Amino acid sequence: MLAYAFRRLGQSVIVLAAMSLLVFVGVYAIGNPIELLVNPEADDTERARAAAALGLDKPLWVQYGTFLVRAAHGDLGNSFVYNVPAIHLIVERLPATLELALAATLLGILIGIPLGLVAGLKPHSWVGRGIMAGSILGFSLPTFWVGLVLIMVFSVQLGWLPPNGRGATVTLAGIPVSFLTWDGLKHLAMPALNLALLRLALMIRLTRAGTREAILQDYVKFARAKGLTMRRVIGVHVLKNIMIPIVTVIGLELGSVIAFAIVTESIFAWPGTGKLLIDSINQLDRPVVVAFLMVVVTLCVGINFVVDVLYSLLDPRVRLGGAPAAAH
Amino acid sequence: MRAAADELQPAAPAAAPRERSPWRSFAAEFAQSRLALLGLALLAAIVLAALLAPWIAPQNPYDLAQLDVLDSQLPPGAHSESGRTYLLGTDDQGRDMLSGILYGLRISLTVGAVSTVAALALGLAFGLAAAYFGGWLDAVIMRVADIQLSFPAILIALILLAALGQGAGKIIVALITVQWAYYARTVRSAALVERQKEYVEAARALALSHSRIVLRHLLPNCLPPLIVVATVQVAHAISLEATLSFLGLGLPVTEPSLGLLIANGFQYMLSGKYWISFYPGLALLVTIMAINLVADQLRDILNPRLRR
Repeated sequence: MLAYAFRRLGQSVIVLAAMSLLVFVGVYAIGNPIELLVNPEADDTERARAAAALGLDKPLWVQYGTFLVRAAHGDLGNSFVYNVPAIHLIVERLPATLELALAATLLGILIGIPLGLVAGLKPHSWVGRGIMAGSILGFSLPTFWVGLVLIMVFSVQLGWLPPNGRGATVTLAGIPVSFLTWDGLKHLAMPALNLALLRLALMIRLTRAGTREAILQDYVKFARAKGLTMRRVIGVHVLKNIMIPIVTVIGLELGSVIAFAIVTESIFAWPGTGKLLIDSINQLDRPVVVAFLMVVVTLCVGINFVVDVLYSLLDPRVRLGGAPAAAH
Repeated sequence: MRAAADELQPAAPAAAPRERSPWRSFAAEFAQSRLALLGLALLAAIVLAALLAPWIAPQNPYDLAQLDVLDSQLPPGAHSESGRTYLLGTDDQGRDMLSGILYGLRISLTVGAVSTVAALALGLAFGLAAAYFGGWLDAVIMRVADIQLSFPAILIALILLAALGQGAGKIIVALITVQWAYYARTVRSAALVERQKEYVEAARALALSHSRIVLRHLLPNCLPPLIVVATVQVAHAISLEATLSFLGLGLPVTEPSLGLLIANGFQYMLSGKYWISFYPGLALLVTIMAINLVADQLRDILNPRLRR
């Protein structure tokens, strides 16, 4: 078990290193931030001084080396624009993004799984078809477009919900949260629903597909033949069996929720990391862009690692068979 | 070899006279869902409208001579002083939204189709190579695909676009990079199953060349699952491009796709001028919906697990 975890950890570190190189070289290849940061009338010596102060005069590989050493110490450089550590900017805005992501995931689970069960049990009824049509809609609708419609309906037409911002926050264990105040909840509602839509559609599909395959299996027939009620067969036997892929996907999708929060935050001006990223790309604030991407990449790699190790705990075939068994 | 195969064909229907041709039965199965037929009809109409945009659009929205700033931000159905009628209103520069949408569709569909076809070809090549040759080639290709798929597509696209900058070519590169791994995986798993079958063994026994076995024997049999993935992916590509353009990281203003039109109208939405964003969004929505309806039915037909 430990050997598997260590091997998997080694892989994660290699992936992380490769991604950091990709992100660093990629991001540092765009534009010249000096042009933006220095007074346009500055002469060459002033430019050179500014570049030296920011470490931009050194060759790219030296910059990458410095970056790696510092990153290992949790220092991802200072923002060119705010002149504070980039990681502080990210950490400061992370609670808002996480709150949004968790609210969206919760909405997806609470609404998606029951709907998926109904659709899977009655795939040919009008209810099942309606739910599936809805889930196709959820998949088809681009996130940003749903956000626009939500604003159009609930903010502009009805005036019920505020179109942007986070509203009043309360500090919970040192972290500002919105969901404990009525005003914050009103601000959270639309962005959370917007971000949840894709999860919701995914949950419906996964549950439906799992249910449709599960109810054809022998163990379900056997449970029915034993005289168990349909309620118990579905609630215990079917649900238990389809939960494994669902739980995996919820875990794996967490990174994707945070990535997609970029879109939602941009629309609703939600003061999270995603909005910070888009602003930073536009301002060529490279350290912040790199720091954001590194945080999210690390998060994704970390989530995958945890999911894989948990999987190997649940299913010994994964760690005993290793990669060759999975390949066939 | 080929002549022999051709000679054999006419004999087949005689052996099973009641058997319908695979295409006929496929079409019949597809037509069982009215929703899928509706999707197909919509899709055909949209593609046709996009292809014919220069001839059916009321104006060329990017010919500045045809624009009138006095006509800016008119609501849908408004008549201008110059006697024009704007069915879907105008944007901030006095551009007819209907024309803008038709031209925008052209760009969105082109980007989606080009990137999908290229990613399909790339994924097909890698996936077939991985499955047929196995060994270290398989390990390397699949490991790269696994790593890439463990990151959200939008994140990979953002990293690439932050590095490459704007432009139609660049966004196509980003979309290809994001998508090839899906195809490679699908093809590989299909090809691994097919490789075990007797017809491949027979082809090997005949000492046919590798390329012939892969291209003429394996490839055609791996296509059904690929078709499903590709249809879904076109919709994803279009949606992702629109999202990136909306965020201001996709296409430049000179090549306004639907996403850019929507972004352009977003700032007027809070003042109640919904049409500048709403109608391009509707066009995007209907396009993606139509593709998904078709894809869904294809999946149901081609998924052997649901056949009983």
